[in-house]
Amino acid sequence: MPRVTYVEYNGREHGIELEAGLSVMQGAIENNIPGIDADCGGECACATCHVFVPEEWLAKTGTPGEQEASMLGFAATAQPNSRLACQITMSEALDGLVVHMPEAQH
Amino acid sequence: MNAPVDMDHARIAATTPLDRLDPSNPAIFRDDAWQPYFARLRAEAPVHHCPESMFGPYWSITTYKDIMQCELAHKVLSSDSLHGGISIRDRDKALRLPMFIAMDPPQHDDQRKVVQPIVAPDNLAKMEGIIRARAIEILEGLPRNETFNWVDRVSIELTVSMLATLFDFPQEQRRRLSHWSDCATALPMPGGLIETEDQREAALAEMLGVFTGLWNERVNAAPRPDLISMLAHGAATRNMTPREFMGNLVLLIVGGNDTTRNSISGGVLFLNENPAEYAKLRANPALVETMVPEIIRYQTPLAHMRRTATADFEVGGRTIRAGEKVVMWYISGNRDPAAIEEPDRFLIDRKRPRQHLSFGFGIHRCVGNRLAEMQLKILWEEILQRFPTIEVVGKPQRVYSAFVHGITDLPVRIPG
Repeated sequence: MPRVTYVEYNGREHGIELEAGLSVMQGAIENNIPGIDADCGGECACATCHVFVPEEWLAKTGTPGEQEASMLGFAATAQPNSRLACQITMSEALDGLVVHMPEAQH
Repeated sequence: MNAPVDMDHARIAATTPLDRLDPSNPAIFRDDAWQPYFARLRAEAPVHHCPESMFGPYWSITTYKDIMQCELAHKVLSSDSLHGGISIRDRDKALRLPMFIAMDPPQHDDQRKVVQPIVAPDNLAKMEGIIRARAIEILEGLPRNETFNWVDRVSIELTVSMLATLFDFPQEQRRRLSHWSDCATALPMPGGLIETEDQREAALAEMLGVFTGLWNERVNAAPRPDLISMLAHGAATRNMTPREFMGNLVLLIVGGNDTTRNSISGGVLFLNENPAEYAKLRANPALVETMVPEIIRYQTPLAHMRRTATADFEVGGRTIRAGEKVVMWYISGNRDPAAIEEPDRFLIDRKRPRQHLSFGFGIHRCVGNRLAEMQLKILWEEILQRFPTIEVVGKPQRVYSAFVHGITDLPVRIPG
């Protein structure tokens, strides 16, 4: 199964296996990884599963869609490499993915 | 009109023909009798058209899933005050109040981005100490063995003092903020807080005058991290018309105190109605963390948000036509058993307590949601340090409104 590593704001790492087809947000929620709130449950409607994707992974995760970009526009600490984890679907191509969490979800 | 009259809500909700069922009647909320109306709509007509009400014809959206669909459809469901804005009550065109919650993109996005840094994580962290100090001061000043109104002494006091801080508004005048807030949302009626729209306009003009003074002071000074300075210096807001400034002040004042106020009051009431939950909380104060979003869900301090269709729109198998009014009843979606397990129970240790509609979803989602949660959390932490119990000793009085779902009086007693 492909692996993904979540890095908390304080640097603590959580590596998990995540079935292809599930979202990176679901992986965090199902494994009780702190730092992802996911208030809307994956509807791309709240921006509380905000993560930063390292440069080397951006080509593979793709870029935000229109609704995601709107929501990220209101995330307090958004950067050019920001994504909503509910919009990144796990796949074999993403095996080894690392995502970093912001200071807080808003 | 505001004096409670006996209405047999259970019977009305059960027997009124569907096409005449009108859940927007403010008496339903004043009497705390909204549950059977919405339970019936969710079961029999989840997307429902009411042809006639005191607010004119409107559609009701009552389930969690359909509300979420509408929240994401901001391209066809407009919030613009030109179409009637975000609450069920249309205002006279001349009295329309532009504010960013009642705008569509791109203007909404531009103005919202000016003020949202006030609640960014680093700023919130700075506010924590201020809120805690105020909460302690308010709680230490409460009488023992004596009945008092929790709403006035705690809910309003804590939220207006926070709001004064956000505006850098003189603390000694903070009660003017809650007064203007109440005037902005009140339904005009004989014997009410305001009797006419002219009285509302007069109160808002007074508010505008005071804030224009603060604006003038700050526009020529270096930018500071308070809301007025941010608006005065923001590229998307510095050239606002006076009417637009007034609208955004109403938004920030109502959004910044009334909602949290009513959740603070609601929490005390819910714990009294659910003694087993109160016992659970006393045994494990760490449950404050999950209790806070549960309070906000259970209260749903704004019963609805309204949109206006700008094109035909399909939801729940019905077609809403361009120009029609759409009311998303958050208060109903938050009690939808298809989305939330045992939704009518107040449970302080739910697994996913933040999955609720009270803050809205999509681009208009509440800017201050984390600040609201923080105020409630700190207040409850400090309450638990001091008072083994807060007893509700009388019937709460509720706001006559289908929009602000609030409590004006909550008689309580703290045993000493």
